[in-house]
Amino acid sequence: MTADSAFLETPLHAWHKARGGRLVEFGGWLMPVQYTTIVEEHRAVRERVGLFDVSHMGRLTFDGPGVLDWLDRATTNSVASLVDLKIQYSLLANDQGGVIDDILVYRQPFAYIVVCNASNRAAAVAHLESAQRDSEGTMVDRTRDTAMIAVQGPRALETLAPLFDQPLDKISYYHFAMGRLLGRANAVVSRTGYTGEDGFEAVVGAHAAVDVWEALMESGRKFDIVPCGLGARDTLRLEAAMPLHGHELSETINPFEAGVGWAVKLEKGDFIGRPALQALAQNPGRKRVGLVLDTKRIARQGADVLLDGRSIGTVSSGTFSPTLDQSIAMAFIERDAPAAGALEVDVRGRREPARLVKLPFYKRPRPPVSAG
Amino acid sequence: MDPKTLKYSPTHEWVALAGDVATVGISRFAVDQLTDLIVIDLPKVGARLTAGKSFGEIESVKAVSDLYAPVSGEVVEVNAAISGDVQLLAADPYEKGWLVKVNVGPNPDLSGLLDHDAYVKKTAEEHDH
Repeated sequence: MTADSAFLETPLHAWHKARGGRLVEFGGWLMPVQYTTIVEEHRAVRERVGLFDVSHMGRLTFDGPGVLDWLDRATTNSVASLVDLKIQYSLLANDQGGVIDDILVYRQPFAYIVVCNASNRAAAVAHLESAQRDSEGTMVDRTRDTAMIAVQGPRALETLAPLFDQPLDKISYYHFAMGRLLGRANAVVSRTGYTGEDGFEAVVGAHAAVDVWEALMESGRKFDIVPCGLGARDTLRLEAAMPLHGHELSETINPFEAGVGWAVKLEKGDFIGRPALQALAQNPGRKRVGLVLDTKRIARQGADVLLDGRSIGTVSSGTFSPTLDQSIAMAFIERDAPAAGALEVDVRGRREPARLVKLPFYKRPRPPVSAG
Repeated sequence: MDPKTLKYSPTHEWVALAGDVATVGISRFAVDQLTDLIVIDLPKVGARLTAGKSFGEIESVKAVSDLYAPVSGEVVEVNAAISGDVQLLAADPYEKGWLVKVNVGPNPDLSGLLDHDAYVKKTAEEHDH
């Protein structure tokens, strides 16, 4: 942190600044929203490969003899069902069944890593601490002494593989490997991402971040790799219909209406939020849907969704899809809203015709090469 | 238009006055800051603009921004080409990308506007903030 900034900076901050990254506050961090244009960066990831600094995401490690009980109590998915080197999407629920945060849980031999959202790190840590009770173990917040770099796009594998000393193509989706980048930087490399493309995320020590980043830029040069900001990350995840906390998930949105009820394992035994979630599973309320608008104008968070003039829901996220060349949005609407009728979104006082579409808006042409 | 001869509002609109008619656009700086323009919403011929008040909106992937009238008067012409394809504005904000022409009458008040040098200085400060 510099003296004139109240915000956290990632180990790549100076690089972003020197390369024209437009820095904005996000979740308490100063992050690049874009280097060139959002659409250019978005297309690079869909067609080639892009590099994202996601060091603002929270990284917490857990070890000790009681961590399985601890994490199974704190999260909604089944931590016990994880095998070594596998990653699980999960949620931290409050007592009302709302979502404090959505997280990834990595199972290492004898230990776990939890990756949480930047803006929810304090709340996630507090929830995890309160869930420990008498389980023996330690949680360490490694966010500040590590960096996290996402390599995303159809050329991600070819970009990253030459730099990693473990066989990258053997890592399946939602799995990871531990090894060295550049022959020296200890790294946790996972086949994960938030773009709807094949790709990887690497966690390395903070001191190694710039070297790894620059080596990736060099390795990806033949594919016209570009650095990408949070702007493209948002349009990419939206096309892929991935939920974003604060939009599709929140402490007042339950996992079932958000469409992530599959990450709630009511049968696994007691966990925080379970009684409320049991009731919500029977009566989830609204449902998350996809909308395509006739206009190019964007229906942003909070816009009213109307059926024959009657409000039936609210937009949670909207953008202009570079891939579809259309205005798209996700919304929560009444679960039993009739399928027929004139659907509109109130975009800043003007009603724009819209239609329901199946999510995701975009699905990559073929799945990643998987070698279990 | 030569950007050096134009007058600018602090909200990044430019004005070129020829007789009673002012041509209004937005600056290259504004276009570069917005990036990823999607759509622009302009008033119709005959609409009355009031200096300092919104007369339309321009939307990019990131956000929607109001367009503020740098002068008061009646819209006499609208650039339909950019309503159809806002990329024309992104490519050429001072020629093909003009927004509206406004009849401002005789002796319009341009005292709230900046000349080119003052505007450039202001945007440099904004950029460094």
